[in-house]
Amino acid sequence: MEIVERVRQGDVRAMARLMSLIENYSPDATLALKQLYPFTGQGLIVGITGPPGCGKSTLTDQLTQEFRRGGKTVGIVAVDPTSPFTGGAILADRIRMQQHSLDAGVFIRSMATRGHLGGLAKATYDVVNVLDAAGKEIILVETVGVGQDEVEVVKTAHLSIVVSVPGLGDDIQAIKAGVLEIADIFVVNKADREGANKTVTELQAMLALGPERSEGNPPIFETVAPQGQGIAELAQGILARQAHLDREGFRQTRQRERSRALFLELFQERVTRRLLEQAIANGSLEETIERIADRDLDPYSAVEELLGKAGL
Amino acid sequence: MGEERKTRVLVAKPGLDGHDRGAKVIARAFRDAGFEVIYTGLRQTPEMIVSAAIQEDVDAIGLSCLSGAHMYLFPHVVKLLRERGVDDVLVFGGGTIPDDDIPKLKEAGITEVFTPGTPTSVAIDFVRNHVGRRKR
Repeated sequence: MEIVERVRQGDVRAMARLMSLIENYSPDATLALKQLYPFTGQGLIVGITGPPGCGKSTLTDQLTQEFRRGGKTVGIVAVDPTSPFTGGAILADRIRMQQHSLDAGVFIRSMATRGHLGGLAKATYDVVNVLDAAGKEIILVETVGVGQDEVEVVKTAHLSIVVSVPGLGDDIQAIKAGVLEIADIFVVNKADREGANKTVTELQAMLALGPERSEGNPPIFETVAPQGQGIAELAQGILARQAHLDREGFRQTRQRERSRALFLELFQERVTRRLLEQAIANGSLEETIERIADRDLDPYSAVEELLGKAGL
Repeated sequence: MGEERKTRVLVAKPGLDGHDRGAKVIARAFRDAGFEVIYTGLRQTPEMIVSAAIQEDVDAIGLSCLSGAHMYLFPHVVKLLRERGVDDVLVFGGGTIPDDDIPKLKEAGITEVFTPGTPTSVAIDFVRNHVGRRKR
């Protein structure tokens, strides 16, 4: 396939087009991804998550600059939400990343959450694989900033950064459920604001409360992203943490966990799509939904019936 | 189901004027019409716009200019696209653009120009009608 060759050579248009095919569920995307898969697994995938407005885009921008200084090529996937009402989206993360738009060593792609059947994580992972196969050494995945999807997306990364800011009050509450556990590195951004020390202390206290992690507790970095303060230390910290995880043999465990999560995700998506396509094609889906709404049929039996028809 | 395409539009402000209200109104209107809008902010060079458009694989680029430099900036975007071998991205413009300039801009490859007072629905319909013809 020509597109596969071009992606491997880092051809920007081929990469961009393949990403669109992925987002549009094109069968051509699957064909290309099959051939690209053996060439993936080289790049370091870093997930960046945290509440809206905490500075994820600016941090991504500054980290990119730092990694570029170190001679590494960078791929960025920036996710913004799709409106559940209109299906449209405004993807504006590039505003903070303008300084890299003319750098051939940086590829930035904005993604909308859309209504991905089978989860955003799979589509994001496929796009990350394109960047990986194209030879990008560091791949930064910036998530939307709210909700359960974040945990899913960062599960596809080698290393997850959870960003927090002082003065949110409920901040610690927000990171209690799940996000605390996925962090490999914490960043307290906007650290020039009042209360930064308190936020750091609270994070330390939260970590001390939890069970000792086998890979060691995540480090906490303080940054002021627009001024670049603390960025060099953070970039160093990312590489050091990765080296630490590698040394202790956590990379293999993680690779396996990622492969499991992604296989299951893909499997789910494909099975769901196939069955739904069948049900839509023979017109039974709308009729079934109507019957469920009228209490003529319960949804549990309806699902069993659908699976039964497919011989499952 | 099968393939599900979404129209992606880059809304960009080339040049040095700081008036982005029009661009934001258009971005919002396109979003509400179900498009994915990539908004890159103020003070973009044509080179930056073209690079973003290629990485984002957009179907259309909407350029907004209120500084009077549209006769240089708009055609330059089209020229750079052609230089990079891109001929399937629709380019349209908007802003305070004198009527006399519009035919010249069209000749330079700007498919349509919308002047102040145009309802957003006109621009939306225009993009809908034109990107459908785009070859894949």
